This record gives sequence, structure tokens and C-alpha cells, in this order.
Amino acid sequence: MILAAIDWGFIFDQTITQAIGLNAAVYAIAAIGLNVHFGYAGLLNFGQVGFVAMGAYGMGLSITLWNLHPLLAVVGGMVFAAFFALFLGVPTLRLRADYLAIVTIAAAEIVRLLARSTAMRDITRGAEGLNEFIGPFREYNPFNPSLVYGIGVIDFRGTEFFAIVIGWVVAFLAVLVVWLLMRSPWGRVVKAIREDEDAALALGKNAYYYKMQALILGGVIGGFAGMVDAIGKATVQPDFFVAPLTFFFWLVLILGGVGKVWSPIAGAVIYWGLITFVQNLGRQLVDEGVVPTSVMDPSQVDQIRFWIVGAALALLMVFRPQGIFGSKEEMALDAR
Amino acid sequence: MRRRVLHMALVTVASMAILLPATATAQGGESVTSTILYDDAESGERIGAPGVLVTVTDENGEIVSETETDDAGVFLVELPGPGIYSVTIDPATLPEGVVLRNPDRNPAVVTVEAGQQARTIVATGSGEGGGGGGESGITLRQVSQLTVEGLKLGLFIAMMAIGLSLIFGTTGLVNFAHGEMIGWGMLIAYLFNFYGLAGAFGFLQSWPAPFGEGMNLILAALLAILGGAAMGWSFDRFVFGPLRKRGAGLISQMVVTIGISLVLRYFYLFGFGGTPRFFKDFTAQSAIKLGIVDITPKDLVTGFLSIIVLVGVGLFLIYARMGKAMRAVADNRDLAESSGIDVQRVIRFVWTLGGALAGLGGVFLGLAEQVSWNIGFRTLLLVFAGVILGGLGTAFGALVGSVIVGIGIQVSTLFVPTELKNVGALVVLILVLIVRPQGILGTKERVG
Repeated sequence: MILAAIDWGFIFDQTITQAIGLNAAVYAIAAIGLNVHFGYAGLLNFGQVGFVAMGAYGMGLSITLWNLHPLLAVVGGMVFAAFFALFLGVPTLRLRADYLAIVTIAAAEIVRLLARSTAMRDITRGAEGLNEFIGPFREYNPFNPSLVYGIGVIDFRGTEFFAIVIGWVVAFLAVLVVWLLMRSPWGRVVKAIREDEDAALALGKNAYYYKMQALILGGVIGGFAGMVDAIGKATVQPDFFVAPLTFFFWLVLILGGVGKVWSPIAGAVIYWGLITFVQNLGRQLVDEGVVPTSVMDPSQVDQIRFWIVGAALALLMVFRPQGIFGSKEEMALDAR
Repeated sequence: MRRRVLHMALVTVASMAILLPATATAQGGESVTSTILYDDAESGERIGAPGVLVTVTDENGEIVSETETDDAGVFLVELPGPGIYSVTIDPATLPEGVVLRNPDRNPAVVTVEAGQQARTIVATGSGEGGGGGGESGITLRQVSQLTVEGLKLGLFIAMMAIGLSLIFGTTGLVNFAHGEMIGWGMLIAYLFNFYGLAGAFGFLQSWPAPFGEGMNLILAALLAILGGAAMGWSFDRFVFGPLRKRGAGLISQMVVTIGISLVLRYFYLFGFGGTPRFFKDFTAQSAIKLGIVDITPKDLVTGFLSIIVLVGVGLFLIYARMGKAMRAVADNRDLAESSGIDVQRVIRFVWTLGGALAGLGGVFLGLAEQVSWNIGFRTLLLVFAGVILGGLGTAFGALVGSVIVGIGIQVSTLFVPTELKNVGALVVLILVLIVRPQGILGTKERVG
């Protein structure tokens, strides 16, 4: 009777829309980068959001500061992300995995604090973020911004649809690149280092350089996540890049299965479907008064996602580390 | 001397800043403004203080804007929207010899309605110290003031860092949920400070204090230590102990700490709300003078208490049986086990001790700044910096490293904007890893 008040149709529309929408594509791309780091190279990156931010700012600044062509701006985003990988990799890749974890989580926070600082206001526009870079991209939009595209219940406006198409194309290209690389000799060396660094060293492989290359590759892919997000939202906001976002990407990766090529895409679709479903249901339960406001008020519904992510992360890690599709053999949890 | 007394009396009487009259507000343009006035020693007139650094932060502690007062002592900061903001005056940028009358109202908390131009009061007084030249450059007084503040911050960080470092030393696990142990202590103290034991056991509500009406913060702090210890104990008893038994790898344990920290942190946000708040006791204290530095009594007390606690922990590690066992396990676990030390018991003890220290550190941090839901994460990064600087896994290294980080952060505000002071500490962390990855007191083989 109470449940009859809930608009299930709306919830399912939202769930499907979000599961294939811009956010899912962005999360998938970021998790593909993380998969290169952790799944294949065994690098413990707790600051993927820093790479995402570098990609977004690199692309945005290329246009707002230097007025570059959009394609060159994308290269700018890649360069920023690659530079960030070098900056992190040089001090930490010779050390144990947990040093990289500490440094990446700290460096990602540095990026955000610097980007929103008043000291860098002339460049990054502080807390307002970059808002004037989208024009050149819009010129290439083949879809009519005033039309609505979609099938059945799912529909997107033309500008949004453009970004979603870009996002999923980038995601599938990234999967293709990762798939090709990981079955190449290079990929086999990287996986060998993950399994046993000493053995790889004994075979004459320079583990440091391979790990650095993997860090850069995954970081640049993470940078693309930031660029897609920036194009989709037409803005780069420093406070989007908060530390917990990294762990949303981690959950996406672990959900799908670490070390599987397709897992980030599957994980992102499942994650966004699940989160949207739970949050919309929660919001309606609160609005309808089923959950009294003394227990939870509407503004607190959005916090549910952090509980779900945190609990799911811990529980998956303990009880099903291979995720939904992964195999236990490929789980490289305690590689260096 | 006589002149100074007279001067002080004069200044204290007549130094409330006058509010800027509310001007017509721009549409939708929320802002916060005030005028900082002080008594000029030469002319005896009350004039505006130019060039005072004002930082406005939002509810999450994120900096909205950093600005300076103009020649009339006026600052006006445009805000992104309605909400609750903290306005921090940098006392070091006040004119020579002028201090804030109520350092405890700095930062001042301002609630801004939609379209409102909010005002805040900044009261100044004379804090003329002995040192300090007349030039506008860096004065000895500023440096010593910041060093003392930094030392205090460093001691707080050290209390948390020792626990983190010991846990790492004995188990190899980097506990990313350590920040939430800090927040836990702070919030427990807040809860008991305001609601007494009824905060936890509702039926006591109608009882007298300390059961019903809120208890003294000192008592609440003791309970926070107990609460922190209980949390550390339960982490090991219910999560990491069983995980070790299952043979779970360190990296999966690390991801588990991340999961726990997310759940707890947002549970704190859910329970406490996003607005930073003060404890009930010891909030409005005026600074006393010690030589050339100004320090509030509570800072003095918490500083000394943390020294006592740290010395106690140090002595415990050196002389007590359990302390020796802890160091032995950290040094070589297998050797310790084979020489008859109950390693699991030692680890349980380390977690409990680490939780208790983090809980106490949280209370002190809440006293020094404000109680907020996410202070744990922000502090955790500084704790990492201290621990790595000193050498991951070494208790004494954590102490030394943290104190250096604390002083470095505060003194660096002489050269870098206040909003970026923590960035400096994190950059140092990265530089240390390049130059000397084992840290100051670490040994090389630890780095692996």
C-alpha cells in the first residue's frame, strides 16, 4: 500500500538512463586506467582522481589560456596526465606498493587544493572552475542541440548525447588498446612484474621503466575520463575531484573484476544502475514520509551512496575479491 | 613599561571594530564583510588596519576566498551562495603590536542567507610584545609565534602518527581509516560534552549532569580516549584479526580500511552534520603572553598534556614489557614470535593504543580548531607526511617527523598563502621519498 505511492516507472527510467549515461562512461574510462595500474601492473593507485583532474584541467586550460584547437587541447590533457604520472612515479615506483598509495592519495588532494586556490586564480579560476572552453567543442557536435535523442524511455538532449557518444567511444577504444597491449610482449612483462618483480628483474627486464610506462598509460586513460566529463558538463569544477571519487572508481573496477579487460565497463554500468536505483528509491521513500524525516531528511539521501560504496568495497574485498566476472587467478592483490 | 600598561588599557577599552553599515545588496550576491580597526599607538586614533589577510572557508573547510583588507581596513568577500562560512583573520598580518581580542572567535562562523550581505565582528587589542622590529618584513615575533603554533600542531599530529606507525610496523598495514579514529574521538567528546551520558543512553536524559545535561570536556575527553581505544580494539578483534587469520593480503586489507573510512566518515556527516562547531567548554579564551608569543591557556594545557602523553608512550616503548614486545614485533615479527612473544596479543594492544591516542588527538584538534565531520581525512594526510618524513614503522621517527611537519606548516605561512600551507607539507612528503625514502629515523631495509 505504501509502496504503491512510489513511482517505479520513474525510478527505472532514471536507472537505465544513468547506467548508460555520461557518468557511467566517465567512471568506466577512469576505471580502465585504474585497471592498467592495479589489475595489470599491480600499482596501488589511490589517487586516480588526480589524473582525472589533470586531464580535465589540461584540456580546459589549453583552450582558455592558449586558445588551441580542440584536438590539440585533448593532447594537452594527455600531456598533463602523463606529467602527473611522472611526478608520482619517479619518487615512488622504486619503493614498496604502499608508498605509491600514500603519495597518490596525497598528490590528488594537492591538485585539487592548488586548482581551487586563490593563488592560482588567474589560471584555474579558483573555486569557480573553468567554464569557457566548451565553445570550440560544440562546433563539432553533429547532433542538433535542440532535439532530444533516444529510444523508448531513454532520452538525452543533443549536447548531452554528443558527450555520451564521445564517452563510450573513448571507453571502447581504451578497452581495445588495453586488450591489444596486454596480449603483446609488453603486457606480458608488465604482468610478470606484477606477479614476481624479482623474477622479472632476473630476466633482465627493467621493472622500474615498465611500471612507469604502465603508470603513464593508465594515468592518461584516467585523464580522458576527466576530459569526457568536462565536455559533458561544459565545466571543470575543482571540487568534483574529491578524494572519495577515486574509491568509486575502485569499486567499479572490483565489481567488474580486477584484471579483466571488460570489467570496468560492466562495473560502471552496474554501479550507476545500482546507485541511481537506491538513491531514487530512498528519495521517494523520504518524500512520501515512509522514512520519517527524523531518521533521514532529503538532503541526507545523497550520502547513502558513500555508505554503499564503502561497505561494498570492504565486503567485496573480503568475500569476493574477484568481483562479478573476474577469476581468482587473475586477482593480483598482493603483488608489489 | 608604564607607557605600555597605559597603552594596553586604552586599547582594550576602545577597540571593538565598528560594523560596516549594510549597503544595498546586489541581487543574489551573497557576501561577507567587516572592517578591522585598531588603535594606532602613535596618534591614539582608531584607524583601519590595511593588508590583513582574511580567509573565508565553507562548511567543508574548503577555502572560498582569500583576500586582504583595503586601506580603510575593510574587506568584502563574494560568496558562491547561502550557507555557513568561517572567516579567519591571519593574526600575523595585523599591524605590529595588534592582536585579536578573541583568538577563539577566529575563525568566526557566519551564517549567510540568500542574497544577504553578512557582517562579522573583528575585535582587536594590543598585544605588543618585546621583540619584533619596525619593518614590515618577517619579524622574530611572527616566527616564534608560528613556531609555537606549529609545535602544538606537530605534537597533535605525533599522537596520531605514533599509532599509525606502530600499526604499520607490527602488521605492515597502512591504516587509511586512522583519520576516522581521530574524528571518532572528537565526536564522542562533543556528544558527551553537550548531552552527557544521555547522548549515548537516552533514558538518562532527565538525570543531572554528568548524566543528563552534558559533562565537563575533561571528563568527555577521557571517555573519548576510551572510545578511541574501543574502536581500535574492535577493528583488530572483528576485522583485521580475522582477515589475518584468513591469510588476506595486505593490499586487500588496505582497501578494507578505505571502505571502513568511507562508511564511518559519511556516518559522521549523517550524525553530526556538515557545519563545524565548537566544544561547549574552553572556547572563548583570550591569549596570555609568554615571552614574545601569545598563547591561549587551552593551547598551553593541551600542548603540555600531549608532551606528557608522548613522553609516557616513549618510556612505555623503551622500558615496559609490552612496549619492548611491540618494538620486537615491529623489528622482526618471526623472530619475536619464535622467542615466545604472543604476536596477536601485541597487535591487538597496538591497535587499542593507536585508537586511544588518535581519540585524544582528535579531542585536542577539536579544541584547537573546530569539531567537524571530515577533519580526520584532512589530518590523515598530514599524519602521513609526518610518518613518512620520520620513517614509516618507527614510533620515534613518527614523533620527530610530525613535529617537523607541524612547525613547517605553520612557519611556511610566512611565505606561502595560508590556504596552501598543507600543500607544502604534502610536497615535502614527495620530496622526502626521492631523497631519503626511509625517512629520518628509518632503516634502509624497511623500504623494500
